Amino acid sequence: MSALTPAELDKVRSILGREPTETEQGIFTVMWSEHCSYKSSRLHLRKLPTKGPRVLVGPGENAGIIDIGGDYAIAFKIESHNHPSFIEPFQGAATGVGGILRDIFTMGARPIAVLDALRFGPLDDPAHGGRNRRILEGVVGGISHYGNCFGVPTVGGECAFEPCYNGNPLVNVFALGVFRKDEIFYGKASGIGNPVIYVGAKTGRDGIHGASMASAEFAEESKQKRPNVQVGDPFLEKLLLEACLEAMRTGAIVGIQDMGAAGLTCSTCEMGSRAGTGVEIDLSLVPQRETGMTPYEIMLSESQERMLLVAGAGREQEVFAVFRKWGLDAVTIGRVTGDGNLRVKNHGAVVAEIPNRALADEAPLYDRPHNIAPLRPAAMEAPEIPPSRDLNADLLALLRSADLCSKRWIWQQYDYTVRTNTVAGPGGDAAIVRIKETGTSIAMSLDGNSRYCALDPREGAKLLVAECCRNLSAVGAVPAAATNNLNFGNPERPEIMAQLVETIEGMAEACRFFETPITGGNVSLYNETLGEAIWPTPVIGTVGLMKTAAPVTIPFKQEGRTVMLLGGIGSADAVRFGGTQYAKVVLSKLWGLPPSLDMDYEKRVQAALREIVNEELAESSHDIADGGLAVALAECCAGGVGADIAIQTDLRPEFALFHEGPSRAILSTLQPEAVERIARRRRIRCDRIGVTMKTRLRIGSHSDTWVDSPVDRLREIWENAFEGLLAPAHV
Amino acid sequence: MRIGVVVFPGSNCDHDAWYAFSHDLGQQAEYIWHESASLGNIDAVVLPGGFSYGDYLRCGAIAKFSPVMAAVRKFADQGAPVLGICNGFQILVESGLLPGALVRNRGLKFVCRNVTLRVETSNSLFTSAAKRGQSLLMPVAHGEGCYFADERTLDLLEAEDRVALRYLDNPNGSLRDIAGILSERRNVLGMMPHPERASDRLLGSADGRVILESLVQSLVAASA
Repeated sequence: MSALTPAELDKVRSILGREPTETEQGIFTVMWSEHCSYKSSRLHLRKLPTKGPRVLVGPGENAGIIDIGGDYAIAFKIESHNHPSFIEPFQGAATGVGGILRDIFTMGARPIAVLDALRFGPLDDPAHGGRNRRILEGVVGGISHYGNCFGVPTVGGECAFEPCYNGNPLVNVFALGVFRKDEIFYGKASGIGNPVIYVGAKTGRDGIHGASMASAEFAEESKQKRPNVQVGDPFLEKLLLEACLEAMRTGAIVGIQDMGAAGLTCSTCEMGSRAGTGVEIDLSLVPQRETGMTPYEIMLSESQERMLLVAGAGREQEVFAVFRKWGLDAVTIGRVTGDGNLRVKNHGAVVAEIPNRALADEAPLYDRPHNIAPLRPAAMEAPEIPPSRDLNADLLALLRSADLCSKRWIWQQYDYTVRTNTVAGPGGDAAIVRIKETGTSIAMSLDGNSRYCALDPREGAKLLVAECCRNLSAVGAVPAAATNNLNFGNPERPEIMAQLVETIEGMAEACRFFETPITGGNVSLYNETLGEAIWPTPVIGTVGLMKTAAPVTIPFKQEGRTVMLLGGIGSADAVRFGGTQYAKVVLSKLWGLPPSLDMDYEKRVQAALREIVNEELAESSHDIADGGLAVALAECCAGGVGADIAIQTDLRPEFALFHEGPSRAILSTLQPEAVERIARRRRIRCDRIGVTMKTRLRIGSHSDTWVDSPVDRLREIWENAFEGLLAPAHV
Repeated sequence: MRIGVVVFPGSNCDHDAWYAFSHDLGQQAEYIWHESASLGNIDAVVLPGGFSYGDYLRCGAIAKFSPVMAAVRKFADQGAPVLGICNGFQILVESGLLPGALVRNRGLKFVCRNVTLRVETSNSLFTSAAKRGQSLLMPVAHGEGCYFADERTLDLLEAEDRVALRYLDNPNGSLRDIAGILSERRNVLGMMPHPERASDRLLGSADGRVILESLVQSLVAASA
């Protein structure tokens, strides 16, 4: 368990002017944990762009908020629940969903979409495959259980597999909610004398020290930390949602914050600190699930489905009436004071008294050493890449691989149609939900590529911002803002800290360039088990705005249409081929550098793509990413319509088919001239590479045929591979 | 027409049903709180999807004891139309307003996807605008939607033309591919698929409107 360091303990003594009590020490430990204080990353997070014309609320609140026009706004954020999901996959993932949903509705927004980014060890890993499959099934089950019952559609996400996640899976959950711009609530304990009200579930001993657990590496004994993982109750959360939104409408609520990491401790001192006030509570008034809980346990419990709110003095009864209607506990446990202190009493006796600012804003700030090369798991020079013996078989192997095959098995367990807003659900380049109130829609994409980031964290981060924005552009949406989840190893190791710094700087540059300010997010460090760090895994969630219209989707729709490659065939060389899925699946290797990115060109491709889609020139649209051109073409054939493709290139066939250079998309159209006009105006390449046809995908160059396969076979392999990987017969 | 949509604390498709009837079909839809002992002045009632009271016990097992269900039973006994969708269907079988049971999906997992249904009878308030044999595309989203009943009950349902909808691609193992059934008096329909989620082409299908519009047209015809 990460305790306070001797230097931190000294700082506590100088703040208090005395020895801390046991409860106070516990409070400082969680509030100054990496998870709550971002003490290793804060210095560098400041480099990220956070402002933009649409940004109403940036980092520091429970979620970021942007203006979507028509008097409405959206709140969104991503958060990790990595450590709990390793210890207890089902509940760990379920409470991860619960936590981020509360972050959204505590601001007054009704959650309308969830996406998740998942990382696991390989399902066929010789030593850990069984455990990896069990973790995956538990995580997916937990997300499904919580989101479906709560009634929020899980509309997309992504999932990938690498051995570095064998002992440290990642579960990053993104949630988005909508509300009126003038109905935003903040986590502020304003108004001296106002009552502090506790609502929701009773407090138990579950999850004590979850925040500090999430700030430590795993050793073998971590398996004994199961009691640190909370148990979720999505029905209770649904009641809490409805009750909070209804109570907010009474006008009696001054400020509100959910009890997530560090529970009652975090919500009290953060609300006080934001308002510059003090908060006094008496723990004997807190609804408790168990008897004999100590002040330390009550303050540090991470029991789920609880909220803290401050009401206008004398208006408590209005709040209580709403919560009573929904069958929930609501009790006054204290009041707002003017002295700036968090004063915790138990049956009247003071057990802790700490300045709120010291807890929420004066946590230690570390400039951890990072002036060395980031840790790299691979060599720079390319191995000899033998000529493929069968390109058709290579394509099938990629379509069958865990990273690239259809994840239908996962997303079919999520209710993605509830709330009747889902215009484009899972499986597309971006998910789209309509906003009934404004008549417009929101597109969302989550992306992360730890292979690229392992090879070059700075370039990898730029590539993933670019891809996320390209995904949005592929459905015609204009990128507006983003949220990030930075998953890394132990920041006290300079070679890991260097990965983090490089990633943040690369992400900052790209987010500035693509005009997607980061409005909030999460940093998850110490993702290491037995000294083995995960690869640097930044995940970014981007939101875009668009008109509400029938979506342009990936599959080819009709035969006889012109297939166009927007952005050109791109460039590739052996060094920059080392991070591809071909290198992973066919060659079982990782080396070199990620693909090179020309951000200026990328931006022009995205602008052209949006224009083509929005002018309804494209019948289908798909961004080229993992697996390269050939995999993207095969995915375009998943609707049953194939294509006859001829590529004019001097690249060797492995590179031409499978390199993952960015700034490219595949379109099918009846109006190739109109598409070409837009491409010319944007000064980007656009090639007619073939024609859609029935039943087969054929790809060749000059007189060679590289790929020739019935579409049904491609689809069969791609759609069913995942179930095969999970089947016990595979063991 | 006035359509009442029951709101249990864990209903999460209440708004969807309300929106489909009021916005897509232009009817007057209103919510009815689960503690109400009366349904008020309405022409039809909808039990929407969701997780009524959490459904940690059998789905709908607690809902059948709610005050509003006593009122729904009385309403049904008068021959008035009751439409139960998903969790609403589960509550109707738990309450004994429809025969059989809805058990865990054959695949043991929650399943959300579009299914194709075949309309098996147009002799009901809910399918009168459809042709027998017509295909309808709409989503399912449930963990416990496998329709189960003994052979005698199944035979009886078929003999009395009370199987309203069947799956063409059974997603949950329902016996005889049953997706929706009618009560003896044909005024209560329970179905697992979600017509309210398929009431706008933008969402992928507008086939659900056939069910919702049948109901509205039947009510209009009856009041004329």
